[in-house]
Amino acid sequence: MPSLDDLKKRIKSVKSTQKITKAMKMVAAAKLKKAQDNAEKGRPYSEKLQNIILNLTKSLSEGSNAPKLLVGSGKDKVHLCVVITADRGLCGGFNSNICKLAKSHFKKILKGGKELKIITVGSKGHDQIKAEYGDYIIYKKSFKEKKQITFNEANEIGKKVMELYDQEQFDKCFIFYNNFKNVITQIPQAEQIIPTFIKQEDKNKEKALFYEFEPEEDEILEDLLPKNVSIQILKAFLENAASEQGSRMTAMDNATRNAGDLVDKLTINYNRSRQASITKELIEIISGAESL
Amino acid sequence: MSQEFKIEIISPDKRIFAGSSDEAILPCFEGQVTILKDHIPLITFLRPGIIEIGKNEKFYTEDGTVEFSDNNLLILSTTIQSLKMINTEQKNSMIREAEKALSSNQISDKQKYIFNYKIETLKQIN
Repeated sequence: MPSLDDLKKRIKSVKSTQKITKAMKMVAAAKLKKAQDNAEKGRPYSEKLQNIILNLTKSLSEGSNAPKLLVGSGKDKVHLCVVITADRGLCGGFNSNICKLAKSHFKKILKGGKELKIITVGSKGHDQIKAEYGDYIIYKKSFKEKKQITFNEANEIGKKVMELYDQEQFDKCFIFYNNFKNVITQIPQAEQIIPTFIKQEDKNKEKALFYEFEPEEDEILEDLLPKNVSIQILKAFLENAASEQGSRMTAMDNATRNAGDLVDKLTINYNRSRQASITKELIEIISGAESL
Repeated sequence: MSQEFKIEIISPDKRIFAGSSDEAILPCFEGQVTILKDHIPLITFLRPGIIEIGKNEKFYTEDGTVEFSDNNLLILSTTIQSLKMINTEQKNSMIREAEKALSSNQISDKQKYIFNYKIETLKQIN
């Protein structure tokens, strides 16, 4: 049975923790709004770009001199995985969810006898992955000091990926990130970015409009596809930023509530022991008086 | 009948321009293109230059992708700014950078072509 003093101290410390989590929740809520706006603003660009690429590929004649980025190098040996996580913790299962998905993917790749290369963006993901797959990490990047992720940062990663691709260092590239659905739900996702992935259903949806191309289709595609890589990465960044704040907000909300419950429980305990000690003292006084 | 068509300019961060006009002049990779209503569907990309929409709106861009279909003009660009937003200092530093890049020998003909246009366009701005 802890002493009264101990209980008092614990209540105090839980209360101050509660204050911290509450403040973090409110900060996350404020940041969430902004991140969500950014993610939504970024969506039209990537959607429209995908649309254009889709239209282009529709009019490309089958198997002609299509750029490698679109159809792949024909091999399926080396996989590059870009794992995008946050730089800060205390956001619930946000980072571990991405890592869990990525790790199960890694396992599959290695089981299939393929080669694996990893790029980690964000320090938290790097920490989690390095223990098990440290040997496969070829590049790591963290944008800790950056307040807001813009196209420049995404382009940096995109360029790095393209550079590796041009050196034929890998055949397929995947990115891992959390898709922001709403504040409570974020879905960890794996997306293939090289070769450019086009949903089969989209392909058959409608007959292609007849477009005029200037210059030729394949030239446009060659200009467009590297850009698309950067844009897809940017989209992942933005979704991730919103998810991080959302996840942190929920996690901190839960923590605040838990702290409240704990304080209630401790207060009851405290009052009970106080009561007990008073009763004990009274009994001692009474029995003392009786014995006289 | 109005001769206007819809125009949208989008950068990864935000929607820069949305509206309609009866004419748009684009610095396309193979030369300047003017788009009027009922142009046939077109996909092309841009080199550094000035985008003119109607008479009032002018934008400086370095690259971009253009799609025109069903009287909707869509311009996607990562480096686009309204001309009003560029000041002389910024302009001069951009010219210096481009000239520096141009003077190095390790660039391809295509890059040279792009840098030359960039410098030329920037010098025209005042």
